[in-house]
Amino acid sequence: MTAITENSIPVTARNTKDEMIAFGLMTALLLVVPLTGVYPFFVMQALCFALLACAFNLLIGYGGLLSFGHAMFLGTAGYITAHALKVWGLTPELAILVGTAGAAGLGIVTGVVAIRRQGIYFSMITLALSQLLYFIYLQTPFTHGEDGIQGIPQGHLFGIFNLANPTILYYVVLAGFLFGFLLIFRTINSPFGEVLKAIRENEQRAISLGYKTDQYKLLAYILSGTLAGFAGSLKVFVAQNASLTDVHWTMSGEIVLMTLVGGLGTVFGPVVGAFVIIAMQQYLAGFGQWVTVIQGVIFVVCVLTFRRGVVGEIAHHFRRSL
Amino acid sequence: MQALYAQLLVGLINGSFYALLSLGLAVIFGMLNIINFAHGAVYMMGAFVAYFLLNLAGIGYWPALIIAPVVVGIFGMFLERTMLKWLSGLDHLYGLLLTFGLALIIQGVFQNYFGSSGLPYSIPDELKGGMNLGFMFLPIYRGWVVVFSLIVCLLTWYLIERTRLGAYLRAATENPTLVRAFGVNVPRMITLTYGLGVGLAALAGVLSAPINQKYFYPEASNTVVFVLMVLVLLVKPSGLTGRAA
Repeated sequence: MTAITENSIPVTARNTKDEMIAFGLMTALLLVVPLTGVYPFFVMQALCFALLACAFNLLIGYGGLLSFGHAMFLGTAGYITAHALKVWGLTPELAILVGTAGAAGLGIVTGVVAIRRQGIYFSMITLALSQLLYFIYLQTPFTHGEDGIQGIPQGHLFGIFNLANPTILYYVVLAGFLFGFLLIFRTINSPFGEVLKAIRENEQRAISLGYKTDQYKLLAYILSGTLAGFAGSLKVFVAQNASLTDVHWTMSGEIVLMTLVGGLGTVFGPVVGAFVIIAMQQYLAGFGQWVTVIQGVIFVVCVLTFRRGVVGEIAHHFRRSL
Repeated sequence: MQALYAQLLVGLINGSFYALLSLGLAVIFGMLNIINFAHGAVYMMGAFVAYFLLNLAGIGYWPALIIAPVVVGIFGMFLERTMLKWLSGLDHLYGLLLTFGLALIIQGVFQNYFGSSGLPYSIPDELKGGMNLGFMFLPIYRGWVVVFSLIVCLLTWYLIERTRLGAYLRAATENPTLVRAFGVNVPRMITLTYGLGVGLAALAGVLSAPINQKYFYPEASNTVVFVLMVLVLLVKPSGLTGRAA
């Protein structure tokens, strides 16, 4: 059986150099975005989803665990951050912290249940847990049900940066994204990341080598969920609302789609995939409901013919790791 | 007490839909090892085919009960032949992703053409009305759904556990290579199995059409399918072409 990630190339010094160059290019491009006149809201939204997809990719690409419920982290952190900002009146940095901590807590609780199973079983358990949360959020009063939490004040980060200013908000979101991205990059290149890859390739062998694989998987799951929650907290400042769509199972599907399009198990794939999908949603918005169908078609085409994804294909063609 | 009986009966009726749906899921999972994410979508398609048959061709409920599952089943076999087949040998998660994409497509297309408001489909004359059970009033149609589902479940069980075809099927689940060596066309059986599973879902769709006037893919039915998927995985039915995890 072929593992779900076909993009695994052993890490060598040259590959790490390639990745550093690619990272430099990406950062430089993202830094000059506000000067180019591209709609900043679009890029900010794409950055939040890129971080979310990267967090998801940490699980599937390096742990071999396909989570079909990552929207629950996005939504939970979003709701908590929004509630903290609007009702508790916390400062932005504290609200982000509370939201991310909430996602981390959720990661611990759901992780203990979910990582006991692998493959399809893991996917279905995460899906079930996120559906459970969806219906809880539909009923609880603090989420305001179908309306969601709206009109969230953006405030001043650290009391200095006015987040209502799009340019300042952009750089704050970018900083958050780069922080999350580097954390994931560091994780997958650490001994911890190597063990994760070993578990992905052959869990039984990893166990026989003396690794407590459950603990590794749980830690990866919590880290992934926490970073997904961080992305959800950032998104609240961009969208200024927190709604049920963020917890819905189609959102979980979208996260999978982004990562699949970009390339499962590649470092930069989820970022590319998130930009592609968000751009598609932006520019095809005129087609209304047909966007769902187009997404479905992309899913099918990717699975049937394009399993490496955009970045995976490029990396494969040039025999590099990206 | 009356309320309790009524609730139990409603549970029994819903349970019979779920039984048909999860039977299809279990059969597909057992043979193809794929969790069929498109199951909710084909369930809806069953109801739609019945609606089309009535409104375009004037074919009523009774023929639709047979025609709709067959039509949707053939559609399922077409999907298996053209797409799912190419994923054998890959990680099973790709099957999940592919059927998820198919679900989005089917759901999106129907939603675009027919909206989300639901279409009317009336109960056939023979099954109209109801009877008084003493503790509650039972609409005849609902009683019919329970009985009919039970018969279909038993027939499926018989097909898989007691017939030659079923024996081949179970053998192919255990060891496809060996069964192929005996000259059994295993790929064709896989296609048929997928068609059978999808057809069962469509049958549940036709049965549900007169009950839920708003049967167009409501959020609840979606969730129901998810719950059933989890149940199928947890129970891992060992009789119905199930396999050890």
